[in-house]
Amino acid sequence: MIEPIIQFVDVHKSFEGVNGTVHKVLRGVNLKIRTGMTTVIGGASGQGKSVTIKLILGLMKPDSGQILVEGKDVAVMGGSELNEIRSSFGVVFQGVAPFDSMTVYENIALPLEEKTKLSKQEIRKRVIESLEQFGLIGHEDKFPAQLSGGMLKRVGLARALQLEPKIMLFDEPTTGLDPARSLEIYRLFYKIQKEMGYTAVIVSHDIPKIFNLADQVVVMHEGQAKLFNSSEEIQWSNDPIIQDFVQMTMGHIYQSRMENE
Amino acid sequence: MQIVLKQIEYLGKNTLYHINDLGGMGLFLLYSIRGFFKRPFRFTAFLKELKFIGAHSFVVIFFTGAFTGMVLGVQGYYTLSKFGSEGLLGSAVALSLIRELGPVLTALMVTGRAGSAMCAELGIMRITQQVDALECMSIDPYRFLITPKFLATLVAVPLLTLMFDVVGIFGGYLSGVQLLGVNPGAFFSGMEKSVVNRDINLGIIKSFVFAFVIVWICTGRGFLLLKSRSGFGAGSVSNATTQAVVLSSITVLIWDYLITAMLL
Repeated sequence: MIEPIIQFVDVHKSFEGVNGTVHKVLRGVNLKIRTGMTTVIGGASGQGKSVTIKLILGLMKPDSGQILVEGKDVAVMGGSELNEIRSSFGVVFQGVAPFDSMTVYENIALPLEEKTKLSKQEIRKRVIESLEQFGLIGHEDKFPAQLSGGMLKRVGLARALQLEPKIMLFDEPTTGLDPARSLEIYRLFYKIQKEMGYTAVIVSHDIPKIFNLADQVVVMHEGQAKLFNSSEEIQWSNDPIIQDFVQMTMGHIYQSRMENE
Repeated sequence: MQIVLKQIEYLGKNTLYHINDLGGMGLFLLYSIRGFFKRPFRFTAFLKELKFIGAHSFVVIFFTGAFTGMVLGVQGYYTLSKFGSEGLLGSAVALSLIRELGPVLTALMVTGRAGSAMCAELGIMRITQQVDALECMSIDPYRFLITPKFLATLVAVPLLTLMFDVVGIFGGYLSGVQLLGVNPGAFFSGMEKSVVNRDINLGIIKSFVFAFVIVWICTGRGFLLLKSRSGFGAGSVSNATTQAVVLSSITVLIWDYLITAMLL
């Protein structure tokens, strides 16, 4: 058994609504994300997928429970310790969150300028290499607002990978992209993972497409997380909730096959 | 009974919110000051902010200063001429500009021009998760975003105030001496006799305090956007910006009174 790099132990998180109502998003989530694997977190909207990512990063604190990253609880960490843990993460947010008053080049160079002692020339060399790898040559002087959605995702990916993270968190990598572009992003992600060997956590709606990429799939529903080790395991699950989810995301093909056999 | 309870609940919630908000602003200030001492210092970013807050505000300050001085010249002339003491016009214009109008009007103009922009910029960075992105790269957002703005404002506002004073005095000269015919010798010699170092110091102290108030409130409201009751999305940025401008302007005026009462 490979050691989990990220582990959720009975995590609860709720939010206060506008008129004082309490919305419980996570109700006792237990989760193990294994080193070097790709874990896809799926589930309908509003089930706490993005919250899960924010909790891992320490951008939010849980109401109760532990979130262990490499054995250390992120929930009780502060300041410098949290910074140290975060430096092993690479993150691409849902909207990529590019620094929109900086050019593509400056965005990708920023982590190197801030977190390494590399000289200007070395940084330039590394950034140019990344631009080539991600097909962004010729766009380096553009601003994020001038890029297409797919390019923007690639900029986010390139920026997140500059410091060679151990764990990559990818929130909705393909929202707003057409199927061809989504596939391209997945391929790129897969290829680079093979090269760099990071642990990947992907939050996605693209359940059927992303199965090829995933070593394990987590389905979030009603504040709980259910872990599956293969796509077949999900498709043949007896759990009505999971069946619903499968039908919703993959259509009726699977259901009819189930009935025939 | 229900209505009474609701009112009390509302009052309690509001009080808690404001205490929380105040605490948030206090912590924001502490972290910002801590950011000053963190390395590497972003010198280029500091210069950019200085250009935006300082150099680009010059035209606004020039016109405000010139016309304020000119109005003071005209108003002062008509009031003083009733007592036959037009000769005092120079000192009246200079003293009111250096002690009061220079620092206050500069601070208000900078709030409107640069403070609102700083607040909106930080607010947008907050709602588009750019601040989160910085934190995730373990880059201290206070050092990265707030420090350059803080220091640039503390340098720019006192300098702009001094320019305001000089331009204003010449505005007074233009209307009082050139247009209304006050003796130029009396205008300047009266000023030389009545304006002492203490007046200039008072003006400079005020401009430093105002700069601090402006940059603290404007960057704070933008940076803490999600923790305040500004609402969501684009509306929250506009609310926070309005709030920042109104709050800084009022706070500047309150501090103006306090400093004057304490030091004069």
